[in-house]
Amino acid sequence: MRRVVVVGASLAAVHAIDALREHGFEGEIALVGAEPHLPYDRPPLSKEALQHGPDTTGLLLRSPEWYVERGVDLHLGRAAAALDPGARVVTLEGGASLDYDGLLIATGSKARTLGPASQAGPVYTLRTLDDCVALHERLVPGNHLVVIGAGFIGLEVAATARDMGMSVSVVELAPAPLSRVLGDEVGRWFMTCQAAHGVEVLCGTSVERIEAGSRGSKVVLGNGSTLWADLIVTGVGASPATDWLRGSGIRLSDGVVCDQSLRASAPGIVAAGDVTRWYHSLFDEEMRVEQWTNAVEQGRHAAMTLLGGDDPYIAVPYFWSDQFDVKMRFVGRANAAEQIHVERADTSSMVALFGRDGVIRGALCVNAPRQLALYRKAISDGTPWQDVVSA
Amino acid sequence: MKVIIDVAACQGYACCMMEAPSVFDLNEDEGKVILLQENPSEDLRTQVDTAARTCPAKAIRLENG
Repeated sequence: MRRVVVVGASLAAVHAIDALREHGFEGEIALVGAEPHLPYDRPPLSKEALQHGPDTTGLLLRSPEWYVERGVDLHLGRAAAALDPGARVVTLEGGASLDYDGLLIATGSKARTLGPASQAGPVYTLRTLDDCVALHERLVPGNHLVVIGAGFIGLEVAATARDMGMSVSVVELAPAPLSRVLGDEVGRWFMTCQAAHGVEVLCGTSVERIEAGSRGSKVVLGNGSTLWADLIVTGVGASPATDWLRGSGIRLSDGVVCDQSLRASAPGIVAAGDVTRWYHSLFDEEMRVEQWTNAVEQGRHAAMTLLGGDDPYIAVPYFWSDQFDVKMRFVGRANAAEQIHVERADTSSMVALFGRDGVIRGALCVNAPRQLALYRKAISDGTPWQDVVSA
Repeated sequence: MKVIIDVAACQGYACCMMEAPSVFDLNEDEGKVILLQENPSEDLRTQVDTAARTCPAKAIRLENG
């Protein structure tokens, strides 16, 4: 290979570049990013960076010198616009093009929005560093924040805003926060936790519309009641950033469809991170994972595949969420669980297990980190459900 | 190889313990890393490399290559 192009200036990208150079790739590497920034770390954007204002240098995953030392040709602030997999060319916005021998797609995901309902008033999403800067400036103590969507981002923003002295309401369509993924019992635990810190959590409630009003914005709920908001944040999920690949002919289906080794459907192309949909043999499931650790490990794995590797990507997924003093860590898969068993729960900690097809597939630990390592081994080993669940 | 941990930076993600359980443990009460071996043998390099790379708090550093 003469040249590898990495599209998406991301966490997956820096680990892919590390792997390429560590394993002897001496050709050219070009890195394309839609944002003007060097790759930066996203988890702090809903937590300390949101509270104190982002330290743009401190958030960088690698220093500017790191890219120079590895001979990375940077194309930042210019999104990829199109791919021609036959000619092996990526076209950038503005018309420049880059030909490649190997292409690594790591364009991540983008925040979903409410659509027309959110046109009125100060409605924000949180995905990028620039989003974080804009939102930080608007978190004013004493003001009222309405968060639409009680997923992880929504709950983390709620906790940060509450810690800063805002009054906060969270509106969620499902019967409990996080319940679509983690089940109602675990969701209710998080609801209790948020409420104990003074966050108003309104579940089983839709948002009908948002209107501009004299005292800020009026959020009209499905049950007919209204909430006044100085600021509205939506956390209603993310979708893979694949618009630029439409019409390219490579297979897309809620992400870039890849084989077990992270190869996309055209020669010389691999994918890593949020944008990737691949078949995971351990869980016997085609999945797409929007998680930090997955981006690190897939970036590296996809690079190895580009260099001729053929190993399947079978890492056990891992993610975390920090809200107030709650440190939640999850290993494995919660999706499509047939059984969810809360092993133990009190006001400050919880352990819950997720099973399917007679084996343990996932474990959630709140303020109980040591348990994670034990359960990850059980998940990797395909340990029977009845052997891990206490009677 | 020498392993250096930053206990103050550690946030109890437990990734190190999952990747290299013979090198890292966690204090269950404080949720902080405990280094079991400061100079692990070379056959643990892949595990320790992965532990360092996947630490969200960047609390693990390796010296001597």
